[in-house]
Amino acid sequence: MRRQLGPKKNSAVADKVFKIGATVAATFVLVIIVLVVFELATGSVPIWQKEGASFITGSTWNSVEGRESYGAAPYILGTFVTAGLAMLIGVPISIGIAMFLSELAPKFVRTPLSFVIELLAAVPSVIYGLWGLFVFREYLRDWIEMPLYNAFGNNVWIFSGNPFGLDIFTASMVLAIMIIPTISAISREIMLAVPNSQKEAAYMLGATKWEVFKLAVIPYSKSGLIGASILGLGRAVGETMAVTMLIGNATGPSAFPHSLFQPGQTMSSIIANEFSEASTTGLHLPALVGIGLILFVVAVGINIIAHLLVARVLKAHEGAVLA
Amino acid sequence: METITKAPNAVNLIENKKYKLVAEDIVASYDNVIAVKNVTMKFKEKAVTALIGPSGCGKTTFLRCLNRMHELSKNAKISGRVLLDGEDLYSNHQDPIINRRKIGMVFQKPNPFPTMSIYDNVAAGLKLNGLRNKTILDEIVKGCLEMVYLWDEVKDNLKKPGMSLSGGQQQRLCIARALAIQPEVLLMDEPASSLDPIATQKIEEMMNELKKEYTIIIVTHNMQQAMRVSDYTGFMYLGELIEFGETKQIFENPLKEITAKYVQGQFG
Repeated sequence: MRRQLGPKKNSAVADKVFKIGATVAATFVLVIIVLVVFELATGSVPIWQKEGASFITGSTWNSVEGRESYGAAPYILGTFVTAGLAMLIGVPISIGIAMFLSELAPKFVRTPLSFVIELLAAVPSVIYGLWGLFVFREYLRDWIEMPLYNAFGNNVWIFSGNPFGLDIFTASMVLAIMIIPTISAISREIMLAVPNSQKEAAYMLGATKWEVFKLAVIPYSKSGLIGASILGLGRAVGETMAVTMLIGNATGPSAFPHSLFQPGQTMSSIIANEFSEASTTGLHLPALVGIGLILFVVAVGINIIAHLLVARVLKAHEGAVLA
Repeated sequence: METITKAPNAVNLIENKKYKLVAEDIVASYDNVIAVKNVTMKFKEKAVTALIGPSGCGKTTFLRCLNRMHELSKNAKISGRVLLDGEDLYSNHQDPIINRRKIGMVFQKPNPFPTMSIYDNVAAGLKLNGLRNKTILDEIVKGCLEMVYLWDEVKDNLKKPGMSLSGGQQQRLCIARALAIQPEVLLMDEPASSLDPIATQKIEEMMNELKKEYTIIIVTHNMQQAMRVSDYTGFMYLGELIEFGETKQIFENPLKEITAKYVQGQFG
């Protein structure tokens, strides 16, 4: 039996509404980015006029009216040092967790543990800060910082200083813990996506579990693992609350990361620390907005580098899947 | 509880020695579905044995039991014995990792390592097992690529990614990779099912050469292929081995009615 399809009513209008609606939604994202950049740029004009390039290279931080002088170098460096240290500790642990969860763990461990790790990502950063401040800090101080200081404090500069527990080291360790859920959850997904045929090819050659990772899983998922790590780096660079509570909040030249066991400051923590007391008339607020601009550029830069890296890895191994 | 395990009698032992690989009473399941029901099969040395049967008859699962690959799948269970030169692969003192080197495998879809070059794909198993000498590596890689008739096509591009090859070339690369570690038995799981007729023909020609040195067991759902390449054929249906004999006999004078129906293409 043949049925007649009637002409569609209003289809052209509906399609138009749909197109406009979707375009508006997409434009919205772009508008927000442009507005943020615009606000950060215009808000920090006075500080760039006063300090010029020395706002990036300088280290004085004086907000007393009449003697105002601002330099962001210690905080930029502090951000890179804490985030780098967090990556150094966090990435290997995360990859280890992902390897365990994707291949090694028995089923009754796999599901609950994956759930717990995803829960860790949902813990608000202020909770990590509180825990770091009242619990973790003491253990780090007594079990790691003091022994290292006693053994090497006089000879090795990174272990010198004053192992009090509120310092770059503690902040970095808590940051490492905070990026683990992100990196390990994504890495696990990526490793699970490695096709069985790849693993079987390795088993067939007489590979042990570890060799299956070396031969099949890690090469196949390398670009994805780099991407996951960079996402973790993004979180570490921008993380504010926990770092502000733990890093000791030094300002001026003393905030330069001299040693692991000294108070420091990051770009996000100095903004969090000082925005409420910054006067709107002087240069203090423009200085903080300027640091915000630098932080924004750094964060965007990290993302661009991540994409380039992933693209290069993909290109080097034509046919390798996953971004 | 039964305390006496069935001891192989002397006659069996002597008889088994004529065979390279013997599978006894294999029962295999996954997710509590029994895929292979009590299959016993003996594979002659330096011959090609084909396993045929409709989809889902358990032939691939059975093949994967022969080199302990089946147990890597989720919720997989297996019982029975697999004797390689009289040694049970499933006995406690046998290491599956060592044994998989002796029993190579080629899979349904070509699966070269995507991040590795053609050369590295073939050399992967050798390097894995500790061979580092460049001269010897070069020699074996060349030899294996020649054996699969791939050498002339790739000899100038050994550093190119394995994935840059065509599907048929990739499958031959995978066979070369399996041959490189010098296995004694080669299991092939529908090695030509994803290939075009010309590539299939090349693989079949190659198998005729390979059987001079290797014991080959091939799973196929292509009956013409089984007829062309194999010396012995086993027909499996619903997890059981229905009939097993010389290929000619299975296809021309099958003893069971269901075998006759299958080889005549009445179901599949």
